[in-house]
Amino acid sequence: MNGCEAREQGEYLIVAVSGEVDLSWSSEVRGAILDALGKNNAVLVELEQVSYIDSSGIAALVEGYQTAKSKGAKFGLVSISSAVKAVLELARLDQVFPIYADVQAAG
Amino acid sequence: MSDQAPPVIEVEGLVTHYGRRKILDGVDLKMSAGEIRVIMGGSGSGKSTLLWHLLGLYKPTAGTIRLLDQDITQISAQEFQALRKELGVSFQGGALFTSMSVGENVALPLREHTELDENTIRIMSRLKLEVVNLGGFQDLMPSQLSGGMIKRAALARAIVMDPKLLFFDEPSAGLDPVVAAELDDLILQLRDAMRMSMVVVTHELDSAFKIADKITVLDQGKVLLTGTVEEVKSSKLERVQDLLNRRPRDVKVDAEEYLRRLTEEEYV
Amino acid sequence: MLEKAANAMSQGVLKTVSNFGYMGALLVESFYWILFGRRRGQPVKMAPLASQMVETGVQAIPIVMVLSFAIGVSLAIQTIYALKNFGAESQVILAIAIGVTREFGPLITGILVAGRTASALAARIGSMVVSQEVDALRVIGIMPVRYLVVPPLVALLIMVPTLTVLADAAAIFGGAVYSLPNLDVSLWAYLVASVDSLTAGDVLQGLAKSLVFGAIVALVGVSSGFNVKGGAEGVGRATTQSVVMAISWIVIADMIFTFFLNR
Repeated sequence: MNGCEAREQGEYLIVAVSGEVDLSWSSEVRGAILDALGKNNAVLVELEQVSYIDSSGIAALVEGYQTAKSKGAKFGLVSISSAVKAVLELARLDQVFPIYADVQAAG
Repeated sequence: MSDQAPPVIEVEGLVTHYGRRKILDGVDLKMSAGEIRVIMGGSGSGKSTLLWHLLGLYKPTAGTIRLLDQDITQISAQEFQALRKELGVSFQGGALFTSMSVGENVALPLREHTELDENTIRIMSRLKLEVVNLGGFQDLMPSQLSGGMIKRAALARAIVMDPKLLFFDEPSAGLDPVVAAELDDLILQLRDAMRMSMVVVTHELDSAFKIADKITVLDQGKVLLTGTVEEVKSSKLERVQDLLNRRPRDVKVDAEEYLRRLTEEEYV
Repeated sequence: MLEKAANAMSQGVLKTVSNFGYMGALLVESFYWILFGRRRGQPVKMAPLASQMVETGVQAIPIVMVLSFAIGVSLAIQTIYALKNFGAESQVILAIAIGVTREFGPLITGILVAGRTASALAARIGSMVVSQEVDALRVIGIMPVRYLVVPPLVALLIMVPTLTVLADAAAIFGGAVYSLPNLDVSLWAYLVASVDSLTAGDVLQGLAKSLVFGAIVALVGVSSGFNVKGGAEGVGRATTQSVVMAISWIVIADMIFTFFLNR
């Protein structure tokens, strides 16, 4: 159930993460996001199927956003689940990340 | 919250001594996942002793203590070591390491227990400082922080590994009411967002009633009552009402014991 | 009265024995972490070891050298005075070289390090006990012995013998500075004669002692710290006590060592 897959949609490369993101495999998520940013100039991370995310998972998203900013790439989170939303709000990161309801909304 | 899941804490028949004096006398405690349990009691009730035993800092005289389905009185040092990664503790006085900066304090558990990338460690530990409203304070030394900031930094260190079970000793002791209330809100948010179960030891009634799912009241080493906030408030037990109304307790004198205390040369 | 005194004495003996046992256990556990720490995922780290070596060793070099020099001078004065009666002043070179390497170098170094480091260790660990930092280490899953005892222990096992070598040299030089006018030899000839009069055994005996002194300072310091009771006042008490205890153990160990090594 845990996994992350990349797919192309329009100009975006979308990294779809699912399952419980925790210390045991969050480095894979980090790798997938940084990898996607290496290939494409617009990356979205889809978090609809994430039922739990710990702070190492959040750290992977933060690092992705930072990397995207430094190379001028587009980056955002789409369709975040309520579990992800709660954790983002806890650290007030919901005011930091570009968050879109879905891929269309990202434009 | 689901009844099928094993309890996160299960204590049975816990008896402990300090010297010859019995501190805990047959304590039972059961707590389910996602619960915030407040342990209340006057000073000398044994609530701190119970906490030290739940943390495995002392060996009990008798009884079993199961944390996350492992009996900590039986498991090997290595198994306990692994279990400790799932536990977080915030001490009453903070217990920050004075020789390290706030950021290093918070990052220490990650450095010791994980092989994470240094970037990730930095982001994770600063993230936790943001959560406790100490964003940007990572380079200060503990001696430069106020009491409330020390408590929050200690909380950041306690939750940096995203523990399943968080122990919190006297969160609001020595804090002004506004800061104490903020800390209570933070405790509730942490449980909801991070799915932590928590044991909070406190003698602050307002704080206890605000955060507790259930309250366990200890008195003289025994569990007086475990119940919801409403059940505790409406309890008919005299000692519970004494505690709630801050009435000094009426000490009953055991004549023989009293005499021994006064006369025995080496009364322990 | 007598019964009370006997009682107090037996309590004292019991306390000393249990203290001894505690220090022995600390030593064994320290070696366990040094040998198997990496396998248990609790490696002994280099950075704290290096900083302890600087703190306990490098920073002690000036004071050790100055005091050893002074002891060398005093030793020369007394030895020449004593040997004059036999007309054997030239033997002062041998007497100082042997006295310093076998006895005074290690002893002075041990006592100085005890004064500087045993108290510092007791104070640091004692205040960590009082503020629950040691409990915090344990609940984080960091073994206090590995984290707090191993670095100073290893640092002292390396630095006390090193300091002893420097102390030997400074004391012999001090002896030379006083003796030269009385002996009518050059400084160089004096130093060569000193080195010639020493056997490897003399130097090794001193170094073996210094190794034991290093262990004593570390173990007395940390055990006093871990056993602190009663807040800030307790820390102060433990600090003073650790210095007295470390110096006492060093002097007694020195006597026992000297006795057995010279039979």
